[in-house]
Amino acid sequence: MSDDIAAQIKAEQEKRAKDNSSQREDTRVSLTGVGYDQDIYGSGNKFEGYSTELPMDDDEEEDELSSRLAQSGKKLSSYTAPKEVFDHLASIEDDTDPFAGRSQSRRIIDREDDYNKRRLNRTLSPTRIDPFAKNADAASSEARSYSEVMREVELGREEERVMRKIAEKKKEAQKETGLDAPPPPTPTGRKRRWDVATPVVAPAATSGWNEPDDHVAAPTNRWEETPKAEVKKRNRWDETPVASTSSAWDATPKASGVTETPTAKRSRWDETPVAPSGMFGATPMGAGQLGMVTPNMMVPMTPEAMNAQRWEHEIDMRNRPLTDDDLDAMFPTTGFKILEQPTSYQPIRTPGRKLMATPTPYAGNGFMMQDENMKMNYGIAPEVDIPGGANLPFFKPGDSQYFGDLTKEQDESTLSPEDIKDRKIMRLLLKIKNGTPPMRKAALRTITDKARDFGAGPLFHRILPLLMSPTLEDQERHLLVKVIDRILYKLDDLVRPYVHKILVVIEPLLIDEDYYARVEGREIISNLSKAAGLVTMIATMRPDIDHQDEYVRNTTARAFSIVASALGIPALLPFLKAVCNSKKSWQARHTGIKIVQQIALLLGCAILPHLKNLVDAIAKGLEDEQQKVRTITSLAIAALAEAAHPYGIESFDSVLTPLWSGIRKHRGKGLAAFLKAIGYIIPLMDAEYANYYTKEVMPILIREFESPDEEMKKIVLKVVKQCAATDGVTPQYIKEEILPEFFKNFWVRRMALDRRNYKQLVETTVELAQKVGVTEIVSRIVNDLKDESEPYRKMVMETIEKVVSQLGAADVDGRLEEVLIDGILYAFQEQTVEDIVMLNGFGTVVNALGYRSKAYLPQITSTILWRLNNKSAKVRQQAADLISRIAVVMKTCGEEKLMGHLGLVLFEYLGEEYPEVLGSILGALKAIVNVIGMSSMTPPIKDLLPRLTPILKNRHEKVQENNIDLVGRIADRGAEFVSAREWMRVCFELLDMLKAHKKGIRRAAINTFGYIARAIGPQDVLATLLNNLKVQERQNRVCTTVAIAIVAETCAPFTVLPALMNEYRVPELNVQNGVLKSLAWVFEYIGEMGKDYIYAVTPLLEDALMDRDLVHRQTACTTVKHMSLGVVGLGCEDALLHLLNYVWPNIFETSPHVINAVMDAIEGLTVALGPGTTLQYVMQGLFHPARKVREIYWKIYNNMYILAQDGAIPFYPTIENDEKNSYGRPELLYVV
Amino acid sequence: MDRSNLNSQLEHLQSKYVGTGHADTSKFEWGVNQARDTYASYIGHYPMLAYFAVAENESIARVKFNITEKMLQPCGPPPERRE
Repeated sequence: MSDDIAAQIKAEQEKRAKDNSSQREDTRVSLTGVGYDQDIYGSGNKFEGYSTELPMDDDEEEDELSSRLAQSGKKLSSYTAPKEVFDHLASIEDDTDPFAGRSQSRRIIDREDDYNKRRLNRTLSPTRIDPFAKNADAASSEARSYSEVMREVELGREEERVMRKIAEKKKEAQKETGLDAPPPPTPTGRKRRWDVATPVVAPAATSGWNEPDDHVAAPTNRWEETPKAEVKKRNRWDETPVASTSSAWDATPKASGVTETPTAKRSRWDETPVAPSGMFGATPMGAGQLGMVTPNMMVPMTPEAMNAQRWEHEIDMRNRPLTDDDLDAMFPTTGFKILEQPTSYQPIRTPGRKLMATPTPYAGNGFMMQDENMKMNYGIAPEVDIPGGANLPFFKPGDSQYFGDLTKEQDESTLSPEDIKDRKIMRLLLKIKNGTPPMRKAALRTITDKARDFGAGPLFHRILPLLMSPTLEDQERHLLVKVIDRILYKLDDLVRPYVHKILVVIEPLLIDEDYYARVEGREIISNLSKAAGLVTMIATMRPDIDHQDEYVRNTTARAFSIVASALGIPALLPFLKAVCNSKKSWQARHTGIKIVQQIALLLGCAILPHLKNLVDAIAKGLEDEQQKVRTITSLAIAALAEAAHPYGIESFDSVLTPLWSGIRKHRGKGLAAFLKAIGYIIPLMDAEYANYYTKEVMPILIREFESPDEEMKKIVLKVVKQCAATDGVTPQYIKEEILPEFFKNFWVRRMALDRRNYKQLVETTVELAQKVGVTEIVSRIVNDLKDESEPYRKMVMETIEKVVSQLGAADVDGRLEEVLIDGILYAFQEQTVEDIVMLNGFGTVVNALGYRSKAYLPQITSTILWRLNNKSAKVRQQAADLISRIAVVMKTCGEEKLMGHLGLVLFEYLGEEYPEVLGSILGALKAIVNVIGMSSMTPPIKDLLPRLTPILKNRHEKVQENNIDLVGRIADRGAEFVSAREWMRVCFELLDMLKAHKKGIRRAAINTFGYIARAIGPQDVLATLLNNLKVQERQNRVCTTVAIAIVAETCAPFTVLPALMNEYRVPELNVQNGVLKSLAWVFEYIGEMGKDYIYAVTPLLEDALMDRDLVHRQTACTTVKHMSLGVVGLGCEDALLHLLNYVWPNIFETSPHVINAVMDAIEGLTVALGPGTTLQYVMQGLFHPARKVREIYWKIYNNMYILAQDGAIPFYPTIENDEKNSYGRPELLYVV
Repeated sequence: MDRSNLNSQLEHLQSKYVGTGHADTSKFEWGVNQARDTYASYIGHYPMLAYFAVAENESIARVKFNITEKMLQPCGPPPERRE
């Protein structure tokens, strides 16, 4: 057989030799020839190609010149860019920076989409009256009561309704008069082309499809995603005359940046400064103002503009001509002579050139008097010296809006106490926002401690506007939120009047795209509700529940769910019931149901005790007259069922019927939501019901298979998956009813293009395969492995891989097996992008087939060999990876000879220059060696290892890891094949590996030391390691000590200890500490074997424990600890007690590591010597007059007490009775 | 981890156990803890109880009861607290 294979391979190779286009030149290293890299070390004559002599005659040169001149006279056939490019280049302004839009802004506002920006429409409403406050009348007149707020919301809704009516009327009127309004400027949105892979859009924080459409102008038209404002991309080469290149597949134009000027192109200079009022008016500032940089700049600019200006100034300042004074200052006074300028010197007088010579900051600005101060600090915004505060590292332009008052020098004694307080708060906030970490920490502590003194009002009046600031950055928001969190605890019920204000600011965090922002927001609201109480929370948020703006309702629902989780669902239930059944407005019902949905998402299975109540509260919503309410209700039910899984089906009884009738009545979005709910409820049912309901719902699902709607597709797939997973559904049913339609509609190329469709389809298919078996699924898709669309092939491969890895390949028949392997080989070879999916699929299938893949191995091997020599590094890497995956199968099939051949080929490729590939090749070699064993390995180990030694020098992690694994394996199993000298060479190389960043590499290196020491004896290895203790680097030394300990463990301690202890005599700190550390490891590893060595090392430890150096004592203490723990009960108490006497004086050490080690040592000794001994030692200091002494003694006592409470009882001292108390415990003195 | 943190962690751990002490533990408190520990230990070791029963010529249950009773105020009333 194997001869056959060899012949086949040969034939194959010969065939391929004719077609060499994809192959690279031979880079293989011969087994016997020179092994070094000829590129680096050179080969042959290095002066080749150089002229060896200087040209003697000028004729040649002249000839060359004249011929060139002659050529230039001719009209050159020009080689230039197409005309369009020139036109395009001419059309754009010169100063447009193509990358300006690329630079990431850290401001929150710049990455927000339109929906999130709606937070800015909210205003900080006036303070509310706190009905619980004792001095209610003290509440200022501007505070509003609950009824006032409700009335205002009502008014807002009414206004909105009227406006809409008016708009409708107008439209009607226009229609009637036949005067069509000019069509709205429809964007030239291109139809989404299905064959273009869609960019994966991060799931929007809010799923837009349960959002009411009452805001017609809102830019959401895809009902799944809220459109993100994409960073406006300016493509120079984009020739489509689209004004705004928003995302290609979203048909609605979006504003892409708040501070954007209306001009299409944004150049660096029209970056709009934000108007000082904090509104987002796109007011570009006059160019004249840009130049007026005064140190205390009160006109805010955008930070970018500011920054750019700062740079500009700095560069200008640095490049200004040096004056005589400057030069005098620079040069030493003696040894230099100032020369007269030569008479022939003419200063530049041409004005044009002169202009170029001196850089002027802003041309067209006119003359500007240089400020003396500016000159010194190069115009960088000066450190703002806040009176009474420390110097801040920076003061952003936006800050002056909020903190401007601080910069004005004012006499504090003239201010009212309130103003002083206010200034104090501002100062603290500024420090928290802009300060260095220590500054910030101190300020945060102060503001927390004094929170109640400052009062809620002044604090929130300062903090909340800052959080609404348009220039806020993530870090600042985080800090300010932290401040709120801290002061909430302190203020407690004082926050009540400010709850709404805080919510307005914090609620947007709940739908932020940043996960941590969401968590932070949740925490604040949870703390807030605990501080303010349920009643206040409800009273505050009730008006927002039917707010006219959907954004407000959405965030309020989320906030309410957090209140529920903080204060308990039962507390909120009556309110929820009332809201969900509200007669007044459907918005209220919608929000109420949404709260339930959010509760389910937030709390998970914790809703179970209240499930029935929650379902009943929202049940009516399924039959609401508003479509939106029905949709959100079914979504809420889906969320509840998901959270309750696998319990609680009985709670859903009341909604089953409406859901069922619902799926017959609805179409489109509504149906999708209903199906989703059913999909989540079916898994909760028992088998019989699940079967029944699945059969009921299936016709509708199958009908919807054909739906073009992406969201519907995803939901249908999910529901099919959930139905198939239930017990009641029979394979027979799936095979007959579902599969044909399923494959017809879903297994099409375009499904592979959308990432989420792709994943969902693979999951569902795998789930179906669990029911119907491998063959049924695989035989249907196996032919698609040869499909022409690569993403589709990938999806097929991934499905097959998952199915086969879960279910095995036992019921794959011979024919299918052939087609499968054939398809896999095709898909593998046709990859244009080397993908891990293909590799995994290949490996999994071959491994699952096991012995049955024998027939295909020659073909697979020849593919691998062919690809191992491919030009593309990725292809080579993948081929090598494939070898390591199928090595085990090759062994199973008895193809040792083939593996030997592969081993040789891999060996030849060890000269590989790409580290990733080299790592894979080493990994493949390792797999082969592992499988066929050291003795039958080709190339023989004695040739292989010397080739690996130099590769140990490679710094690439993957190479290192694979190489050290291979070398370690050889050292472990086949050390005898290699000479001791070679192993020593390996040892030296290994020392460098101890520096590696990856822990796995260091560990493998250390273990290899052990194997080598066992193979060639410890002496030489030990000498190497002991020498290495002298190096500077700590990590290296630590690893060395571990290696020494491992050598001691593998070769018995007596072979190592003499040399090690001898090394302690070297008068060098690092070496001695290394020795002690090695001893600690040794005693840790050898455990009770240590009893034979205690007496030998005791004198050394005595010395170390008395050393002046702290680390000596610390390490010695660690050694004592391990030693004593190893020899418990083995009769070494005398030595240990002796050591305890040396350890004890160290108990007053203050360095944390040392005192820890000392405490550990004492604890270890307590274990070995019994608590009595320690108690006797400790008793000397428990009641010492000095507190410091008592403290540490009690600490040791407590340690002993926790360790051996019972054992200490016989050793407690007798305490004398006094006049009041008797301490006698005479029982132990009884003698019978 | 700074030192105060480390120490405070250890101290926190220790303070979770009844019977541990600190620098301001008085003789009385220590004595009470010792006595209670002792009695608890006797009750836990049945052979000890049996031995005491023989020595005191009482039933084992009586000895156990006496010891349990004594755990209430093993050293008598606490001394007056001085501020």
